[in-house]
Amino acid sequence: MTSPPPLETHGLSRENLLEIDYFLRLTRTLEERIVALFRQAKVIGGLYRSLGQEGESVAAAYALDYALGDVVQPLIRNMGSILVAGARPSDIIKQYMAKGDSPTRGRELNIHFGHPERDGFIGQISMLGDMIPVMAGIVLAGRMQKRNLVGLAFIGDGASSTGAFYEGMNFATVQKLPLVVVLENNGYAYSTPTVKQSALKSLADKAHAFGCASETVDGNDVLATYAAANRAVERGRAGEGVTLIEVKTFRMKGHAEHDNQSYVPPELIEEWSAKDPVVRFEQTLIEAGMASAADFESIQSRARRDVDAATDEAERSPMPRPEEAALGLYAGDGYWEEQR
Amino acid sequence: MPETTYLEAIREAMIEEMRRDPRVFLIGEDVGVYGGAFKTSAGMIEEFGAERVIDTPISEVAIVGAASGAALMGMRPIAEMQFIDFITVAYDMLVNFAATSRYRVGSPCPIVIRGPAGGGTHGGPFHSLNPEAMFMNRPGLKIVAPGTAYDAKGLLKAAIRDDDPVLFIEHKYLYRRIKEELPAEDYIVPIGKANIRRSGSDLTIITWGSMIYVADDAAAELAKDGVSVEVIDLRSIIPFDEEAILNSVAKTNRVIILHEAPLTGGAGAEFAARIAEKAFDYLDAPIKRVAALDVPTPYSPPLEAFYLPNRDKVLAAARELLAY
Repeated sequence: MTSPPPLETHGLSRENLLEIDYFLRLTRTLEERIVALFRQAKVIGGLYRSLGQEGESVAAAYALDYALGDVVQPLIRNMGSILVAGARPSDIIKQYMAKGDSPTRGRELNIHFGHPERDGFIGQISMLGDMIPVMAGIVLAGRMQKRNLVGLAFIGDGASSTGAFYEGMNFATVQKLPLVVVLENNGYAYSTPTVKQSALKSLADKAHAFGCASETVDGNDVLATYAAANRAVERGRAGEGVTLIEVKTFRMKGHAEHDNQSYVPPELIEEWSAKDPVVRFEQTLIEAGMASAADFESIQSRARRDVDAATDEAERSPMPRPEEAALGLYAGDGYWEEQR
Repeated sequence: MPETTYLEAIREAMIEEMRRDPRVFLIGEDVGVYGGAFKTSAGMIEEFGAERVIDTPISEVAIVGAASGAALMGMRPIAEMQFIDFITVAYDMLVNFAATSRYRVGSPCPIVIRGPAGGGTHGGPFHSLNPEAMFMNRPGLKIVAPGTAYDAKGLLKAAIRDDDPVLFIEHKYLYRRIKEELPAEDYIVPIGKANIRRSGSDLTIITWGSMIYVADDAAAELAKDGVSVEVIDLRSIIPFDEEAILNSVAKTNRVIILHEAPLTGGAGAEFAARIAEKAFDYLDAPIKRVAALDVPTPYSPPLEAFYLPNRDKVLAAARELLAY
């Protein structure tokens, strides 16, 4: 018997690796729960799955140091990233259910919430691309405040076609800001394949337009994604500016729950199913002798317990009072200062 | 006391606020080394450095977006549009991100967006915008439009200290044409408060920005005929001083709303509706609006002069109302 070759963990301890696995399992379990709630008509708005993209969402966000004030900005398919940053599953379910004690008190949907300083994450707005300039401003403020914080923004292959993306990337690079941009090339933007978004073979080549660092990584390889994000975060923290990371991954579900993705060739789904990031990560750890199937079973049970508790809490929560709709637009009415 | 121009008043407000509060900074195109296209920020980079007077690429979306992001982090950015017309490029960022941030997610976004607006300077279709109406129907912003040097300084300071995003519309025709003695001490002009420029009893003209001078001229002319005109300088468009408007209408019973932007869907429509709803019984004549033509701002001086509201257009409207 020969022992397996040592696994390159990029400085992650066994404890770290198991924590990453917890976030992967938590993301998937929480999403499956939200699907169940959606089918029970308890989710008010749309539901956007991240199946197949949990690996890069969790791994990239895991490279940040939230104690230093780092900020992650998810897109709709990066729920895993805000769980890493500390978002509570109950808050996410309450958001989906439009509850009055959700973080946005029923004003916003799904993962459109979070304050960069208070929470370490900030929800996107739906005008895709806009968050790149906003994230540039967040890390610009960090630099002005002499805090050595780094920002990490997710953007899709589709959103990287917007003017806001180009303006934000260009400004951030010129200013040498500590910003990491994870460009998720997941094959489709709604129904539009990446080849109709861009004629580039590699979306990482967009970096040439700005003069920032870039690399491409297999987004279904958790450790490789973590390593790339970690390099980029270190570069940002050292004052070396922006990094664009293209993660190659695949959107395993339609744009939203109503979309049966009939436009996606079935063989592509089959091909990418075999590359499931969670299964692959766990298999890698087992093969390296760093974890056992029993470890993962226990992590899965913990994730399920946490999601059960979160669901109970969210289901018990009240809807907002209708007349609250008139409050909280400007400072001075005390609406947001009132504790929930 | 030396007199201060409208432009200098804006510059002084920025400098004094940046000295007072390290969170305040200026970001925009050519605002640093060059001192701004109109020299509004001349000398500021020398005093505050390139970190607080930030020259950007030609990227209005990035300017407003970065200012918004910094504001979420507790900073107090002033974002300059080289011409206010260019805010249309960043309209999305301002109305969807900055303006909604507090309401949507409880995150204050206290930015000031300022820049030269208005016509009369032969700037043509893309350098003459009066943008207030296009922002009025997007809740979350405050909108101010000073017409005097005193108000420019006091309102800009109030805007910078305000906890919500403020669109500060400065009229470039007034930059060097208006000069006033300003108080030596720190002051602000509260957002949402109109100024009764001239008190009168026969007719009210509600206006703002550079049109206050057109209203003054018309009022002086009408005074020769014994007509007593009240001129209200609204100063703030959102929130606006409804009380001042209604009180004046109750007193004079006749009202003209005068603005430099085109007529249809202009801010005047909202004020007229408010008067019709709340002061109908006081009116002795229909509400009149005097505004620019419903076309883009033309370049050639005779065309622009025909396009813009002026004293004679106001006089014609006033005489119609007085004869009603």
